[in-house]
Amino acid sequence: MEPQRRADHQGPSLSAVPSPVEGAQAPAVHVARASKTWPNGTRALDAIDLNVRRGEFLTILGPSGCGKSTLLHLIAGLETPTSGALAWWGGPFAATGDEGRRLAMVFQSPTLMPWARVDANVRLPLALQQVPRDDADRAVADAIGLVGLAEFERHWPRELSGGMQMRVSIARALVNHPDLLLMDEPFGALDEFTRLRLDGELQQLWRKRELTIVFVTHSIHEAVFLSTRVAVMGPRPGRLIAEIEIDEPHPRGESFRLSTRFAGHAQRLSQLVAQACGGEAGDGAPPNAAP
Amino acid sequence: MSAKREPVERWRVAAPVIVAVAVLALWQAWTVLDDVPTYLVPSPLVVANTLVTDAALLFASLGVTVSIALRALAIAIVAGVAIALVFVQSRWIEAAFTPYVVLLQVTPIVAIAPLIIIWVRNTEVALVLCAVVVAIFPIVSDTTLGLRSVDPRLIDLFRMNRATRWQVLTRLRIPSALPYFFGGLRIASGLALIGAVVAEFVAGTGGQGAGLAYQILMAGIQLNIPRLFAALVLITVAGVVFYGSTVLLSRWALRHWHESQLDERQ
Repeated sequence: MEPQRRADHQGPSLSAVPSPVEGAQAPAVHVARASKTWPNGTRALDAIDLNVRRGEFLTILGPSGCGKSTLLHLIAGLETPTSGALAWWGGPFAATGDEGRRLAMVFQSPTLMPWARVDANVRLPLALQQVPRDDADRAVADAIGLVGLAEFERHWPRELSGGMQMRVSIARALVNHPDLLLMDEPFGALDEFTRLRLDGELQQLWRKRELTIVFVTHSIHEAVFLSTRVAVMGPRPGRLIAEIEIDEPHPRGESFRLSTRFAGHAQRLSQLVAQACGGEAGDGAPPNAAP
Repeated sequence: MSAKREPVERWRVAAPVIVAVAVLALWQAWTVLDDVPTYLVPSPLVVANTLVTDAALLFASLGVTVSIALRALAIAIVAGVAIALVFVQSRWIEAAFTPYVVLLQVTPIVAIAPLIIIWVRNTEVALVLCAVVVAIFPIVSDTTLGLRSVDPRLIDLFRMNRATRWQVLTRLRIPSALPYFFGGLRIASGLALIGAVVAEFVAGTGGQGAGLAYQILMAGIQLNIPRLFAALVLITVAGVVFYGSTVLLSRWALRHWHESQLDERQ
């Protein structure tokens, strides 16, 4: 298989490191001086410290190649840190997956199984955990309804548009009621209109389901619109530069997008990203946020 | 199927038929006008006539050859898929055994067939074995490739959901491998027939269990060229039917999802 990507979370370095707060008040994820160096010597992440608070919408923002996805993969347990440690709800990764400690992930592309219909794709996490059929049926119908695809249950993925496929992917992530939803630039490949609509729907889902979300993006506008907090990352090696609270009331709508406060947040983030890239205004993330 | 596509579809059937009719007509005209002797090149009508008069003999032989090829194909599928499943369990196993599978593939079957026929006492089993040796390689290599060609993000998704090795295999690797498997099957179906015919040539078995290769051999010795042609026609038709069946099977199995089977984007 892929030995270098095997996540072995039984390792003592991980389970031994406690989070700052134990028990019920522990953050959803505690990242303690976690770094990642690839086998070829590339340093992807440099000593990251980060807490994911329960119930927050945390966005990891940064230019391409600054290690955003790597950090998300560490949080997802798909990679292990080269040094440092992570804790999930104050415990080791091995304890995730139980009630109250469920993780789910939405990838850059819909990542659906083309040989399975929409409902079978959404059912996958439940099927893998051998949830009884009746419970699974109900949960699948709920999740598909939640993303507004009830009429498309029996469709094949190829019969859906890119935006609809992404909704199926979100329904699959929500089907077993995750406590932490990880999203890796989920709307990056979609057109602007679809993206704006899905941003709005995601915000509603976050409120309705009281989710904790870690959202990776390189769009400053998306970060400001969605997040309660933004963690800004810089490249070479990937590191955290700033954590900015977006202290604005939810639900946020079009009026927020057009407000001067929105522009203010965007400009601030834009400057931070530009600084992170060593003052150059380019490098994959043009600071074009100031209106 | 949209109305727009139908003329194209009709052409795909009509064009090769027109070519066939034209070639047959030219061939017939040439043999008649140029007075070509039948023992050199028989006309299409003579071949057709031979197919009818020698039907009992030829079709019995066709049955023998097809039966050997089909059994060989079945064994090649089962053994080939099994080998591929073992290969993907570890890179070590694959690295250790792939050279020998390739060795089997690159050694001409006519060179191995005499050995197999000497070693295996039952001629029929020997013939099937020869055809298996020829047909198995594309199944093994394509299925192995397919079992490995899984979307890495889907693997991540399965891992995040604590999928067992068995679940990854049955719910992810095997479905992902299907298009590759069918690609291998298409090639293997033709190879099984070729393997059967070549093995019959080498074995030279006559009598009751004589296959089409034997009929071709005997017809050649007896200068019965029309029968030779008739036998050739039957082998060709059998090959086309083999290939066509695997194409239909693949189309049916992948009809809902695989790019190769989509008519148009929806």
